[in-house]
Amino acid sequence: MSVLAAMLTLMLLAAVMAVVSRPLLIARKPDESYTPKRSELEAEREAKYREIRDAELDYRTGKLSQEDYEAVNGALRAEAVEILNKLESSERDRVGEEDQAAEEDRATDPAK
Amino acid sequence: MAQLGGACLILALAVCAYGIGASIYGVRTGRAEFSESGRRSVYALAGILTVAFAVLELAFLRNDFSFNTVADTSSATTPTFYKAAAVWSSQEGSLLLWAWLLSLWSTLVLFLTRKRMRDVSAYATAILLGFGGFFIALMVFYATPFATTDPAPAEGVGLDPLLRHPSMMIHPPMLYSGYTLCIVPLAFGMGALLARKVDAEWIKATRRFAMAAWLFLGIGIMLGARWSYSELGWGGYWGWDAVENASLMPWLTATAFIHSLMIQEKRGMLKVWNVSLVLATGTLAIMGTFLVRSGILSSIHAFGGQTLGVPFVILIGVLILSSIYLVSSRRDMLRSEHRLDSLLSRESIFLANNIVLVGLCFVIFWGTYFPLISEALTGHEASVGPPWFDRYTVPLALILVLLSGIGPVIAWRRATLANARRNFVVPLSFALVTLAVLLATGVADSKPLALAMFCCAAFVLGSVGQEYWRGVRVRRAIAGEPAPLALLALVKRNRRRYGGYVVHIGIAVLFVGVAASSSFQHASELSLSPGQSTKVGAYTVRYVRPTASVTPKYDPVHTGSTLSLGAVLDVTKRGKHVTSLTPAEDFYDSGEPAQGSVAHLIGGQPVSQVGMDGGIKRDIWSAIAPDIDTPRLKRIIEIGNKTIPLVRPDEGMIAIAVMAREYMRSPPPAEFHLIVSPLVMWIWIGGAIVACGALIALWPAPSTVRARVSVRARSRAARRLARA
Repeated sequence: MSVLAAMLTLMLLAAVMAVVSRPLLIARKPDESYTPKRSELEAEREAKYREIRDAELDYRTGKLSQEDYEAVNGALRAEAVEILNKLESSERDRVGEEDQAAEEDRATDPAK
Repeated sequence: MAQLGGACLILALAVCAYGIGASIYGVRTGRAEFSESGRRSVYALAGILTVAFAVLELAFLRNDFSFNTVADTSSATTPTFYKAAAVWSSQEGSLLLWAWLLSLWSTLVLFLTRKRMRDVSAYATAILLGFGGFFIALMVFYATPFATTDPAPAEGVGLDPLLRHPSMMIHPPMLYSGYTLCIVPLAFGMGALLARKVDAEWIKATRRFAMAAWLFLGIGIMLGARWSYSELGWGGYWGWDAVENASLMPWLTATAFIHSLMIQEKRGMLKVWNVSLVLATGTLAIMGTFLVRSGILSSIHAFGGQTLGVPFVILIGVLILSSIYLVSSRRDMLRSEHRLDSLLSRESIFLANNIVLVGLCFVIFWGTYFPLISEALTGHEASVGPPWFDRYTVPLALILVLLSGIGPVIAWRRATLANARRNFVVPLSFALVTLAVLLATGVADSKPLALAMFCCAAFVLGSVGQEYWRGVRVRRAIAGEPAPLALLALVKRNRRRYGGYVVHIGIAVLFVGVAASSSFQHASELSLSPGQSTKVGAYTVRYVRPTASVTPKYDPVHTGSTLSLGAVLDVTKRGKHVTSLTPAEDFYDSGEPAQGSVAHLIGGQPVSQVGMDGGIKRDIWSAIAPDIDTPRLKRIIEIGNKTIPLVRPDEGMIAIAVMAREYMRSPPPAEFHLIVSPLVMWIWIGGAIVACGALIALWPAPSTVRARVSVRARSRAARRLARA
């Protein structure tokens, strides 16, 4: 292997090592706002909002009768409320857990 | 530099192995730092493969014939434009392109999902790296692009003349982008099954990638069709060739997925179906690559120099078995959350469209792999031709076009019969008026299938036109905007819906082109001498005079041919001049001196240069096969072979020039292939409309960049929704 190729390979290897090992060497604070459940609920919420908008557009463009629209819209909004409530309770649970953890911290270390 | 390229491949393989291990360890033990490290392995892989690809590309551009790949597929005389594209004309280069594109798309999707679906994306990372590792291992152990020869040959063989076409610069990267993008939803689908998180989130995260895969595959297919039409000299754009079919199959299943995923997003239904479609699309994409690269089925598009069949068969086997296992073992989780509210709903139409699309895919799969199946069962390789494909695909295509017109006018969830009847008035009127006009003019009397396709396409135009009209009217009533602004606002606020409608228009236009050009084509294959003429459809074509041009090999503006023999054809209709066509056949250096010092200069594979007058109404297409085996021309070559040394190609070119002059002086009869096809351009226009519609649907909606709302804001929204 030529000297230039060897040097370039070593530089590449060093860069790869730096990129790949960074999370293992530098402990990052985890993103506390992330919970799989909330992320899933947020996806559901977006889909439901889109469905509400679509139903309204279907009604306004004459594809849904007044009666059908009211039934569909009511059902969709109830489902959306359910999702938002779940989101809210998951958020409350998370904040509660954080407060509890902070209190436990203070109890074990009053200096905090 | 070859050593750097080779080192990159080994490093890339090591990174894949590490990344797979780190991702799986991270997700299994809950140690996010390892999952994160695995994800970063994909970024590193993209960087390494970018360096490797740049090394190979530079070798081509610098004529470094010490690289075997460069010597085999390029030459100093290959024009620079084509040298850059020659990288992916070789087996090794195309494997590198595949792995590189996969690493880029993987990097993009993993970056975009870095804060979401941690478990799913960790498994997806491992799967994506697994695919990357497979292709890199092929390059390390079977077909390395960085193999060298010392001493380097003075000149390369040159790029296959058939590939010296502008669309060949873009066609393979587009197709490979499509194939590699198909792997992204597959990896996330498998990841969702492995992580047991089969909600709509993985669909939401990969929907754009599925659409991009569909778009790129579609562009690749259209460019391939265009290349076939204007370069292969047989006058068609689609021949049901194995490799053409291989790219169409994942496109069809991706089309089905793009429609059915909306049902899962909205209703939590069809989870098994969607995940199966995603897995099938990814597997078909791998099978497409396998067909091109393994040479297992004969095809005009297959460029596999050596067989990579066994590793691909193992990969495909693993994919199919693991897909079946994952879907069946998670079937409890994949149960639908709702049932169909009504048979008269958009969901039902989407289901019907899915069945037709998958049916089409099955027919094409059967026809494509029939030679292998028949050989396995009977020991004899039998194949099916275009008439077999047409028999089954034409009725299915008709139903598909019709459904693409019905879908837009039916509401989600449920539609009343009265509303549906009212919504069908305009589209049906369009179809009936078209039928009446075509019957009255007698245009399509003898072609019932073409007539049916024109009526279905009119139905689609009526249906989509009505949707746009009503949408604009609603928008104007709400916002009081002028019509053009209302149209823009409507599309902007509902990109997926109205982008999709544009795609439907494009498909209808494309199928009108296909139906018209295949049903009403006039073709003639005959021998003509200068001064003779023939009738093709309503046109008279006269062979006016021959043409001949000698292009020195080192002329960089040409495709690299040494000799081009052609004709000037005068096309008239009822005595009036319509156009002049100049078809030609280009002859290339074979790179085999054993043929003789002059003969080898024109001994390569001849390539047709089509003479065409294309228009919105019809294409007049011509190709020529000049006869260079006349005694006089052969005598010139023989004398040149005997008297001119191999080391004097310049003198050899003088002999070629003498030959060209002789051809002009007493031209022998030439074989012509003449075709008049109506509405071929509609196919390309339809394809462009489809691409525009897909881009509209793909473009991020403002809602996706919406700031995260607070809990209090969500509570307020909940109260508002409940009151409404």
